Amino acid sequence: MEFYTISLLNGISYGLLLFMLSSGLTLIFSMMGVLNFAHASFYMLGAYFAYTVTATIGFWPALLIAPALVCLVGAAFERYCLRRVHKFGHVPELLITFGLSYIIVELVQLVWGRSSVDYRVPVALDGPLFTLFGTQFPMYRGFMMLVAVLMLISIWLLLTRTRIGLVIQAALTHPEMVESLGHNVPRVLMLVFGGGCALAGLAGVIGGNAFVTEPTMALSVGGVIFVVVVVGGMGSLAGAFVASLLIGVIQTFAVAIDASMLSALQILGLKLTPSTFGYELLKLKLSQVAPILPYLFLVLILIFRPKGLLGTREG
Amino acid sequence: MKFAVKTLALAAMAVSMSAAYAQKGETVKIAMIEGLSGPMANVGQNQLKSWQFIAEQLNGANNVAGVKFEIVGMDSKGAPQEALNTLKAASDQGFRYIVQGNGSGAALALSDAVGKYNERNPGKEIVYLNYAAVDPALTNEKCNYWHFRLDADTSQKMEALTSFMKDQPKVKKVYLLNQNYSHGQQVAKYFKEGMARKRPDVQIVGEDLVPLGQVKDFAPYVAKIKQSGADTLVSGNWGADLTLLVKALNDSGLKMPLYAYYAGVSGTPTALAAGGDSEVYQIAYNHSNYPGTMGKLMGEFQKKFGDDFYTFSIYNGLILLSEGMAKAKSTDPVKVAAAMEGLRFKGFNGDSEMRKSDHQMQQGLYISKWQKVDAKNPYNVEKTGYTFAPVKYIEGYVASTPTSCQMKRPS
Repeated sequence: MEFYTISLLNGISYGLLLFMLSSGLTLIFSMMGVLNFAHASFYMLGAYFAYTVTATIGFWPALLIAPALVCLVGAAFERYCLRRVHKFGHVPELLITFGLSYIIVELVQLVWGRSSVDYRVPVALDGPLFTLFGTQFPMYRGFMMLVAVLMLISIWLLLTRTRIGLVIQAALTHPEMVESLGHNVPRVLMLVFGGGCALAGLAGVIGGNAFVTEPTMALSVGGVIFVVVVVGGMGSLAGAFVASLLIGVIQTFAVAIDASMLSALQILGLKLTPSTFGYELLKLKLSQVAPILPYLFLVLILIFRPKGLLGTREG
Repeated sequence: MKFAVKTLALAAMAVSMSAAYAQKGETVKIAMIEGLSGPMANVGQNQLKSWQFIAEQLNGANNVAGVKFEIVGMDSKGAPQEALNTLKAASDQGFRYIVQGNGSGAALALSDAVGKYNERNPGKEIVYLNYAAVDPALTNEKCNYWHFRLDADTSQKMEALTSFMKDQPKVKKVYLLNQNYSHGQQVAKYFKEGMARKRPDVQIVGEDLVPLGQVKDFAPYVAKIKQSGADTLVSGNWGADLTLLVKALNDSGLKMPLYAYYAGVSGTPTALAAGGDSEVYQIAYNHSNYPGTMGKLMGEFQKKFGDDFYTFSIYNGLILLSEGMAKAKSTDPVKVAAAMEGLRFKGFNGDSEMRKSDHQMQQGLYISKWQKVDAKNPYNVEKTGYTFAPVKYIEGYVASTPTSCQMKRPS
């Protein structure tokens, strides 16, 4: 019981972080059709900006300033680079963001160095939130969960309950009509791209000190956020939310299970020795392959349900 | 007549003198083949600076051979295949000495390639000094005459660690958490072997192998460790896999000693300090508070580069080379390699020996503890306010392990 409760909490909090990371990506994809390869790099930028701002004026201002800076960088990229290649189709768009991700990593290394930086959790949020069965639940994890949930609610409200949200949604399906009504569609798209990047930046502010702020941090989350977006359904915010939680929880529990194919077959009464064909493979414990499971989902989902869990469009 | 004898004796002396210093004043060019870009670049860059810094300190009259060392960094991007391409470039450029350390995969590839190259190119032999790759295979079943290892291999480190832990009555249930590749698997293997011999009562209550650099959140592993009832954690992890583990341990409030390999590598101390007070021990050939020469070198390095000098094997490497050159009276790699075999010299830990049978350096090892700096241990690691304070020195003969190497020497 104790173990399940703790693991469930761990799984949900990790899932919510994944959601923070992938919400911006899914937003940009659903609104603009651009699969932003550099998304994780904006996450890293957010962490580094937050590190610098925290060192000068403190963590709480950084929580607003760092995402705003990332938003500016993202918007500028959309305005001066992405918009130019937009007319050539989706592949050049993908490639330009791919190139950008490498440029950002190198720039970050030039500015902040190749090693990790000392970006710490603020004192006010350091320490345990509560203690459950003798295991502390860190306050910062609670904060992380809170921000993720607030983020989900505010994006949803923004898109469905405000004027600007309606314009964004209309610009997606009927750009000419929206334009003839006097709205500046390219600017709306710039705003969407900047906003998506800002969300990644916010995740960076919070993830950077929860984990480690270093130049490889983008690389280490880059893969898994694409999994979340694909499994959840390309462009579906709710899907991304469900998929993040699912992946977080499943991965956490898989770590705890030491069973292998071998033990399952032995229960069935099969006699297996180290000389059996594929013994090394059968011996692999579920806990060993836990971090690879999300990628397995990615493949399975693409085969059996290409539109994702809650996605609406095919492929 | 008397005069003639005297002259002859003088002449003989002069000849032997000039022979003794035949190599004096020569420049020895060394290629450092390492990942200088890519994920582990911060470590490679630090070590390139370390090699060049130590070479500068030991050049000319400051080494027994009186030679000048010149270190050139060559980027292998941390991959074995790239390391081989880089070796090709180095041999084309006429380098006769190469050094490498990060990653046993690249080390095994290089050792093999150097052996083959030397067989095919007599007169152009290359000597390979390995200053950090710790796979025991390099000095056992895959040993090679041209490869010399300066670091202690995993079997030695685990021998030292288990002989320290056997005297810790608190240690009863151990949990092993390692990265799932040769290094991590060997740490687990040699630890279990050593412990079974020295403290059969100690239980291994859990063992995990995590994929290299894939795990972002270690909280699930910590929950599992707690569930297992372990009182001690042993890990060979490095980089983010170590720092994230320590962070998750601190967050959960689970207090248990962690015995680690690579707590002092670039970036890790900063992340450790951000996690607050934690009970971390390091098993390595050094700690951060050396008096005398090494202390002075560390201080100057930190002043010059704002970075820590922690790869002490580099110092031993250049001492070994210069002793070998003085003994061979030459900088020719063939003669130097023969001279370095079985060579005894004063390393940073005192008496050290490059064992003849397998080219594995025999040296003492330290268990050190991560703690706040104090009067006795003043060196400030990565300016964190923390340091690795020595807890116990384990003599070279205690940490020594047998070898299965059947060395093939060039005839």
